[in-house]
Amino acid sequence: MQTDSWIPLFPESASSFSWQVDALYFYLIGISVAFMIPIVAAIFWFVVRYREREKFATPDEIHGSIVLETVWSIIPFVISMTIFLGGAVVYYTQYRMPEDAMQVYVVGKQWMWKIQHETGQREINELHVPVNTKVKLTMTTEDVLHDFSIPAFRTKADVVPGRYTYLWFEATKPGTYHLFCAEYCGLNHSGMIGSVVVMEQNDFESWLQGNASNLTPVEQGRDLFENKLGCASCHAGGSGQRGAVLENIYGKEVKFVGGSSTIVDDEYLRNSILNPSSQVVEGYQPIMPTFKGQVTEEQLISLVAYIKSLSGVDASATAPSAPAAPAPAPANNMGSNSNQGGR
Amino acid sequence: MREPKDSYLTNGYSLKSWLLTKDHKRIALMYLISISVFFFMGGLYAAAIRLELLTPGSDLLQSATYNKAFTQHGILMIFFFLIPSIPATLGNFLLPLMIGAKDLALPRINLLSLYLYWIGGLLTLYALMQGGVDTGWTFYTPYSTTFSNSYVMAVGLGIFINGFSSILTGLNFIVTIHTMRAPGMTWFRLPLFVWAHYATSLVMILGTPVIAITVLLLAIERVVKVGIFDPAIGGDPILFQHLFWFYSHPAVYIMILPGMGVISEVISSFSRKKIFGYEFIAFSSIAIAVFGFLVWGHHMFVSGQSIYAGLVFSFLTMVVAVPSAIKVFNWTATMYKGSISYDTPMLYAIGFLGLFLVGGLTGLFLGSVGLTVHLTDTYFVVAHFHYVMVGGQVIAYLAGIHYWWPKMTGKMYSEFWGKVSAMLVFVGFNLTFFPQFILGYQGMPRRYASYPAEFQVLNIFSTAGASVLGVGLLMPVVYLTHSIFAGKPAGDNPWMLPGLEWRTQSPPPTLNFDEQPVVTWEAYEFGEESGLDLEEARRAAGRPSVV
Repeated sequence: MQTDSWIPLFPESASSFSWQVDALYFYLIGISVAFMIPIVAAIFWFVVRYREREKFATPDEIHGSIVLETVWSIIPFVISMTIFLGGAVVYYTQYRMPEDAMQVYVVGKQWMWKIQHETGQREINELHVPVNTKVKLTMTTEDVLHDFSIPAFRTKADVVPGRYTYLWFEATKPGTYHLFCAEYCGLNHSGMIGSVVVMEQNDFESWLQGNASNLTPVEQGRDLFENKLGCASCHAGGSGQRGAVLENIYGKEVKFVGGSSTIVDDEYLRNSILNPSSQVVEGYQPIMPTFKGQVTEEQLISLVAYIKSLSGVDASATAPSAPAAPAPAPANNMGSNSNQGGR
Repeated sequence: MREPKDSYLTNGYSLKSWLLTKDHKRIALMYLISISVFFFMGGLYAAAIRLELLTPGSDLLQSATYNKAFTQHGILMIFFFLIPSIPATLGNFLLPLMIGAKDLALPRINLLSLYLYWIGGLLTLYALMQGGVDTGWTFYTPYSTTFSNSYVMAVGLGIFINGFSSILTGLNFIVTIHTMRAPGMTWFRLPLFVWAHYATSLVMILGTPVIAITVLLLAIERVVKVGIFDPAIGGDPILFQHLFWFYSHPAVYIMILPGMGVISEVISSFSRKKIFGYEFIAFSSIAIAVFGFLVWGHHMFVSGQSIYAGLVFSFLTMVVAVPSAIKVFNWTATMYKGSISYDTPMLYAIGFLGLFLVGGLTGLFLGSVGLTVHLTDTYFVVAHFHYVMVGGQVIAYLAGIHYWWPKMTGKMYSEFWGKVSAMLVFVGFNLTFFPQFILGYQGMPRRYASYPAEFQVLNIFSTAGASVLGVGLLMPVVYLTHSIFAGKPAGDNPWMLPGLEWRTQSPPPTLNFDEQPVVTWEAYEFGEESGLDLEEARRAAGRPSVV
């Protein structure tokens, strides 16, 4: 897992973009050395060569030089722009989420990481992932800020209460890597550590089989939707229902009372459950009660996963399916929703 | 040597003559003693932190204690040492002297700012004695508002009050520089120390109110439960980070700009050379002050702000690096063909150049957004800001204290021990903080009381370096204090320098100058045009000193 040298100088590099971060790091070390050597050499040279030979001497004045000032303003500026651009490219790779990634849900809590796979496996402070597979983490926290940091993958992201943040990686080497909470979160912050276990595809499959009795997030979400929280009484009643039809809304645009609009995504769904009256869709009455305080973050993740599945978004790259959306139902889109409400 | 004349030090010996003084020099000395006490206390916490990190386990300090130790180290060092360090002591003492004024423009306000500093400081110390605070010096919400049971409000109030001390000092400096310059002291004859303080004062009066507002909002949320930052009651925790860094990033420039001013003075004086590119150094201070307000988001690259915001802040961070680079080049060029002496202030200043160079270059690592995703919240950041704040500001502060000590006290300290201390600080500092860059790239997170065992070797280096650094920093306390009682008289102008502060007696009289000075020379004029009797001084100095 870690280098065996007496003084480890360099961390394991184990994700698809970690080499880019390393390359940027070495580029910057190169730049730094290239700046330091001439400046430090000049300082030493001047200090020795022009040391005081007569007390209170008055060496000839040199006022400065516009040419030099211009040169040594422009060169650092140009170099800093290359650093900026390099950083921007890497950042874009790190933080632009891939469409075809395996989904994992993460909930931070003082002082543990609760992780759930799409197949229903739950783990605490351990994340098992297959090698050479894109993995996207959807993360939130029950209490304070945390930060999901995997140094060997050269990435991290803060986990923020009240919203979702995302992280993705593609591990390239099987092994066990450090998982740290990198945002200070109180008493046992330094105990909020764990490991990311990268497994060969086959090993991962059999690891998954080992816990097959759990419900998947979609199944849990369906249970909450239909039974525990009673969402179905307004949202799954066919023509007579009072609430919005949820089939096939994911990724569509919705228009709000007042004129603004948004694209339906995880954040929007989450917010619609917690603060339904904050964004009333045109054609509906603001009658839905808030579910704030009645659902946990983990239940929210399951609910959002279920609602997404109604739009055929299984989010899993391997098994796209549309369990609940009846195929011959072209009227079930946002346009018809508005018409329905208008009647 | 002639008998010491009346000076600001002999103008009354009672406690009242100090506590009710309006003399900027006495106020500066009281600041000097106060910030030294806070520095010492902050240093004790640092020692505790380094001792705890000697081993991977959390054995010397429990997590709860460790969390308080690093929080209180940060709060004391930043708000009660670094921010007031150079402006409140050297700035206060020297600004009127350098521009040929009798005092600051608003002497009563100056005394008020000292009292606000004391009240804020005592309140904070009271809170620390009562049980302390464990939120980190950044007070991130919702931990600080909802979850921490420590003395957040008391410390917040202390910082709030202390902020006004900073605002009043900045206001006073700006008014003084505009209105109190001696005849002939034009803007471009001002020492660069004064330009640096002008830029610092701008940041103080424009930035500090924002932290005051932020602390107030924090208090409102904590006490009245109005949802501002806590998502559980409708607030936004990221809003706090925006407000906090909108002040606290510019505050970094409050901490480093005055140090840059000191370095400009020392390098020029001990090279006996006019500073290279005066206007460029002056305007780069102003540029840093302005651009410093536009880069706060680089503290939040991984906090969930949008990719595009991250890119804009990364770009602006690169831009703000350029004026600092300009300063380093100009300082180096100033030494070219000079007459360089190796007095203690100059040794500190040369040390500053090396350390600030490392601090500035590693700032580029952290400004490069793709790299900082990996580096942020690790020891790389800890090392970077200590290189700037300690390697930069603290070393510049020590250079300045040694440079103007003869003027402030009229006494000369031991050159030998001064040089030893400068060397120890440089070596100890690098040994402490350089290994932390490597630890950071390996991924060791900040603010961890315990850590995986493979990080131990470098932590041992760091702790060993910290003990050398500690000795180096304690030495000046001893030999400078000793010099007050047993030092040789320094004379009015021991280094034959042209600045106005060297043209009055040491220590200066209460009204600074016996008669109103009139400036007829340019800044940093070391030759005959300065009107100094160099021939006489050379004769008095005896044989030329060739090192």
